[in-house]
Amino acid sequence: MPAAPFDYHAPATVAEALSALGALGEDAKVLAGGQSLVPMLTLRLVRPAAVVDIHGLDELRGVRRDGDTLEIGALVRHRALELGDGPLGSCPLLQEAAALIGNVRVRAMGTIGGSLAHADPAAELPAVVRVLDGVLVARGPGGERTIPAAEFFTGLLSTSLRPGELLAAVRLPLPAGRAGYAVEEFTRRAGDFAVVAAMAAVELDGGGRASRVRIAIAGAGPAPVRLAAVERALAGVEPSEQAFRQAVADHKLEIEPDADMHASADYRRHLTRVLTVRALVRAASRAMKGAQP
Amino acid sequence: MTELIVAFTLNGERREVRVAAHETLLTLLRDGLGAIEVKDGCGEGVCGTCTVLLDGEPVSSCLLLAARVAGRQVTTVRGLAPVGSLSLLQNSFVPHGAAQCGFCTPGMLLTAHAFLQQHPRPTREDIRRAISGNLCRCTGYVKIIDAIEAASAGAAPASPSGAAPARRG
Repeated sequence: MPAAPFDYHAPATVAEALSALGALGEDAKVLAGGQSLVPMLTLRLVRPAAVVDIHGLDELRGVRRDGDTLEIGALVRHRALELGDGPLGSCPLLQEAAALIGNVRVRAMGTIGGSLAHADPAAELPAVVRVLDGVLVARGPGGERTIPAAEFFTGLLSTSLRPGELLAAVRLPLPAGRAGYAVEEFTRRAGDFAVVAAMAAVELDGGGRASRVRIAIAGAGPAPVRLAAVERALAGVEPSEQAFRQAVADHKLEIEPDADMHASADYRRHLTRVLTVRALVRAASRAMKGAQP
Repeated sequence: MTELIVAFTLNGERREVRVAAHETLLTLLRDGLGAIEVKDGCGEGVCGTCTVLLDGEPVSSCLLLAARVAGRQVTTVRGLAPVGSLSLLQNSFVPHGAAQCGFCTPGMLLTAHAFLQQHPRPTREDIRRAISGNLCRCTGYVKIIDAIEAASAGAAPASPSGAAPARRG
């Protein structure tokens, strides 16, 4: 089915985009890579009066590394993340996770900002940003503000972006020292959204113990969540599969899985445990090798 | 509703068309320009049969607003070889029986074409991964993978030009 007609705005600068969004208010949808919004338009799940197409905003395509922080413009495509172009190669988790997104055509068009602002609960990139304690950079009529990932994803397809604001970039703190990451996900078919995905980041101290462990889960609740209780339990522990299994079995999992046609809530709980252990094992082994994964 | 004039290149030929902003490239190509070699499958970017190359890169034409192709190069399966001939890859599909109903074939060929340009000597596993976003409901994929493998630079004998004369199946 064709999309319902809408007014189309293709601003050339962020300032123009913000002024269009300010004037149009809640009637406008922002179009980035279009890999989620266009099917929602053609299936008529959304019928905005206006679409603000931001593909011309070259200012949102930048990638730069500033010390231990990697800043990625909202319009950087999944394909660039997957290939690890330039400074993007300094975040191997991003590469590994981006390679799992949809199919090659989705990755050619889809953007990191689009994925984060769309906030699908099973999407990979929101969980990556959550596990790395990323910071979202929003621009609005009042200027720029930064939002920690923990406060950005507020629920199903919901973020703390305000009307009239545009997601401009994401900043990812990169670890210093011995660190390893991994993503493990379960899908029914190649290219599907994950039923559940687990992201793990393990940092080791000089003695080989885990100085910090972070875990984020996608697909087991309305938004990506951190397994804070397991993370706390693993701080200071010598990494081993046994230790990871024990921590995951003994501690509360901060997930709120629902049942749908793909999986029951119980099965999502099971996947969360299994995939978390696998991701931790792989992340820890990469950290021990000292090699970037 | 917004209408725009969009100028772009389709299979090497310059086109200038009036489109509605809510129109996808798929409907423009099929309904507006008669490029019915681009197939209309799922409409959600999943099946891959509407694949076209945008500046050489495979994209789902059902998920691209036509307004976005201004100034870009769009290639459909007709653009892979001059009229009356087939590319090496297309030719390889024939003896391998890599097409049955043919509905997935245009997208499969474009995806494989772009992939082989980037990865001239792929493994079978690389090929499987490369076409994982293009669904075929007839062949079971084995013959498609065989055909792509045979058309790769690793296979002998390969045509250096990448194009071969038409052959009747």
